Amino acid sequence: MSPAGTIVLILGTLIGVLSAAALLIWVERRGLALLQDRLGPNRVGPLGLVQPLADMVKIMLKEDWIPPQADRAVFVLAPMLVLGGTLATFAVVAAGPGLAIADLNVGLLAFLALSSLGVYGVALAGWSSNNKYSLLGSLRAASQMVSYEVFMGLALGGVVLMAGSFNLTEIVEAQRWVWFCVPQAAGLAIFLVAALAETRRLPFDLPEAENELVAGYHSEYSGMKFAMFFVGEYVGITLIAALVTTFYLGGWLGPWLPPVAWFVAKTAVVVCGFIVLRAALPRPRFDQVTALGWRVCLPLAIVNLLVTGGVLLALE
Amino acid sequence: MNGRTDIIQEVEARLGSAAVAARETPRDGVATFWTPAGRVGEVLGYLKNAATGPYAMLYDLTAIDERVREHRADGVSDFTVVYQLYSFERNEYVRVKVAVGGEQPEIPTVTGLWPAANWYERELWDMFGIRVAGHPNLRRILMPPWWTGHPLRKDHPARATELPEFHLSAEAEAAQAAALEVRPEEWGLDSGGPGREVQILNLGPHHPGTHGLLRMVLQLEGEEIVASAADIGYHHRGAEKMGERQSWHSYIPYTDRIDYLGGVLNEFPYVLAVEKLAGIAVPPRAMVIRVMMAELSRIASHLVWYGTFAADLGAMSPVFYMFTDREKLLEIVEAVTGGRMHPGWFRIGGVAADLPRGWDGLVRDFLDYLPARLAEYETLVMKSMIVKRRTCGVGQLMAAEAVAWGMTGPNLRACGLEWDFRRKQPYGGYENFEFEVPTATGGDCYARAEVRVAEIRQSLRIVEQCLKNMPAGEYMSDHPLATPPRKARTRQDIETLITHFLGVSWGPVIPPGEAFVASEGAKGNNGYYLVSDGNTMSYRTRIRTPSFAHLQAVPALCRGQTVADLIAILGSLDYVLADVDR
Repeated sequence: MSPAGTIVLILGTLIGVLSAAALLIWVERRGLALLQDRLGPNRVGPLGLVQPLADMVKIMLKEDWIPPQADRAVFVLAPMLVLGGTLATFAVVAAGPGLAIADLNVGLLAFLALSSLGVYGVALAGWSSNNKYSLLGSLRAASQMVSYEVFMGLALGGVVLMAGSFNLTEIVEAQRWVWFCVPQAAGLAIFLVAALAETRRLPFDLPEAENELVAGYHSEYSGMKFAMFFVGEYVGITLIAALVTTFYLGGWLGPWLPPVAWFVAKTAVVVCGFIVLRAALPRPRFDQVTALGWRVCLPLAIVNLLVTGGVLLALE
Repeated sequence: MNGRTDIIQEVEARLGSAAVAARETPRDGVATFWTPAGRVGEVLGYLKNAATGPYAMLYDLTAIDERVREHRADGVSDFTVVYQLYSFERNEYVRVKVAVGGEQPEIPTVTGLWPAANWYERELWDMFGIRVAGHPNLRRILMPPWWTGHPLRKDHPARATELPEFHLSAEAEAAQAAALEVRPEEWGLDSGGPGREVQILNLGPHHPGTHGLLRMVLQLEGEEIVASAADIGYHHRGAEKMGERQSWHSYIPYTDRIDYLGGVLNEFPYVLAVEKLAGIAVPPRAMVIRVMMAELSRIASHLVWYGTFAADLGAMSPVFYMFTDREKLLEIVEAVTGGRMHPGWFRIGGVAADLPRGWDGLVRDFLDYLPARLAEYETLVMKSMIVKRRTCGVGQLMAAEAVAWGMTGPNLRACGLEWDFRRKQPYGGYENFEFEVPTATGGDCYARAEVRVAEIRQSLRIVEQCLKNMPAGEYMSDHPLATPPRKARTRQDIETLITHFLGVSWGPVIPPGEAFVASEGAKGNNGYYLVSDGNTMSYRTRIRTPSFAHLQAVPALCRGQTVADLIAILGSLDYVLADVDR
């Protein structure tokens, strides 16, 4: 790809992802409202569609306050890490054939590495705030990630074995015959759990846990820095949904429509699933989440990997 | 009442006649006797442990400032400390009065007998300045630590206009801010030491999980709570003091604000106590209207609990559904009373007005509507794996412990004790209704939830019976002390006109005496102990609230559990801070 083409692609992806995140804020608020017998924001623009814009204007005008007890440099850096890490991961995501900014042959590993960066942002945010609630939140985030990163990678091992590649484009192409959600159903289930935990949303929003920890790791954040966490969450959902699509739902593959349309549609369905889950589930306790990770998901992921490998060997 | 021996005779026989200084026969028929201050521990210990049908629960502990009372027992000193105990075996209360006086009135502690005595005795010190010798932590509880004076003493002003002009100096402000700093040793917590650090977490008074102005100080080990203490009083509005300056009638709306989710459930024991003092019999229609409105209020309160409890466990949606249902219910309350959360609807001698046309349709619609919704919530909340995991075995309590902490209502029934005061000591006509008393056996957060959910259905049953059997007739008694007085005959003769005028302007003059009525509120046993000195206002209004007792048990309930569990425990206890602080 020419350098100019790459720059266009980068800008396109960036604008696409950020507008998707903005739209997602609206979708989630109206969607939750629909599920909860209320209206949600419906005043700004038609159907309240301009609400995210109004939110952004408001949040930019807010005082961007750094508490005196905080570690200033780290406090400022943390939200950038969260948003930056998540956005950077989109470099390896391909919305259509040849549409990846960086079509790495270790794309999957790059995703695992980059997405783990986000937890540094959360942990540092809680630590640098110098607030006990934030600290508890970031400790939860750190231990949640330690527990879930492990089997997230193992769950994806099945996909890698079947595709015979770490490259995301090749993984999609390998699903021409059947989407991996069929042979890798168990892997998908485990990956979804890990992915949900990665996004820190209900039922895995323990680092935030409003009723327990006020606002957890971002209790002390306001203004644009809070906005980065906020947008980072929605970018994160979009990312995870895009990856579920890539790894298990055949990516851009599909008849009649252009590939990008298929990719966007599948991602949107996964995102809506996340929203419905948020409306439906309570929050488990911290130790229960960790126990689920180590006692259930990790063994399952290993078994899944072994079975996949065994079956593939037998077929050869 | 149930053929057992007279407890006062028994105390005299077993502890010597000196243990009973005098007997009293109050209007409420509760066995009452006086005992010398020096023998309090012995007499109460006997009543709790050795008496036939032991009085296991310290139901209430309060005092009366007797110094300006006209109708008082002979030989009474400046203050009377009143212990009220309850025996489950006898299904009876006993009231033990102790006279104390002098510049520094003092009484021995009974915290050794009941852990629940701790807060009550602190309140005694805070409100009356009665020292409690041997108390482990005798500090103010409802008033801030820098307050001067003891508010429920008769010489303490009741209104801001009786106080000097308010001015907050810089020093006073600094002192007040300093008083809010957490010093763990003051709370009975570990403050650490050289080379040993302790994590103290201040939770509240503003925290999303505490349902109001409650402050907890937690000593943590990671996320595990090693020890904790609760600080209350942030919602204290002097409700008992206000009772001493409002007419009997005009105090009714104040009661609504005690358990502000319980609506008329607060008014119920208050008007019953006044009616007991005045000797008023309420007409049948008024009684059924009262029961119906009380049960609707109970459902409203339980619905709020249901939603917020689910929210405490992190579930986002249920609270919206339950508030929608409560909204429908409040529409009925509004149609009948004109008010919503604070109806101010019961009157001394009846209710404020007859039911409006079409009330039956509204109630019928609601009765048809709610059960299906409850079934949905069952799936959404109670059957959820995550909810069960979060609540089963969390905040567990044995029945005996619950009794020792003074727990009543659903929290007690969750320990397997089938004890509902609507059934055990029927008041206001509850004896005429069929309903079950749901219990659970776990004694944990889940059991408490189970009981409340089942109670909603039972309350619906009672409302349905009210709907089907609403008697015709008057909604207000003809008794001369019923307020507001009936207007019917005022134009025929001057006497009734004068009586009416006085009854409306001054309010009724209630005959001197003491009366106590306990009711089964939404949160637990809610009792009003009223002392009349033959005036248009109460001499002493004591409000014994369930939330006060329940909240006191929290540090014991959450020891060794996590911060997340604490929020679940707080949610499952269903307290209202206004009900705690009054």
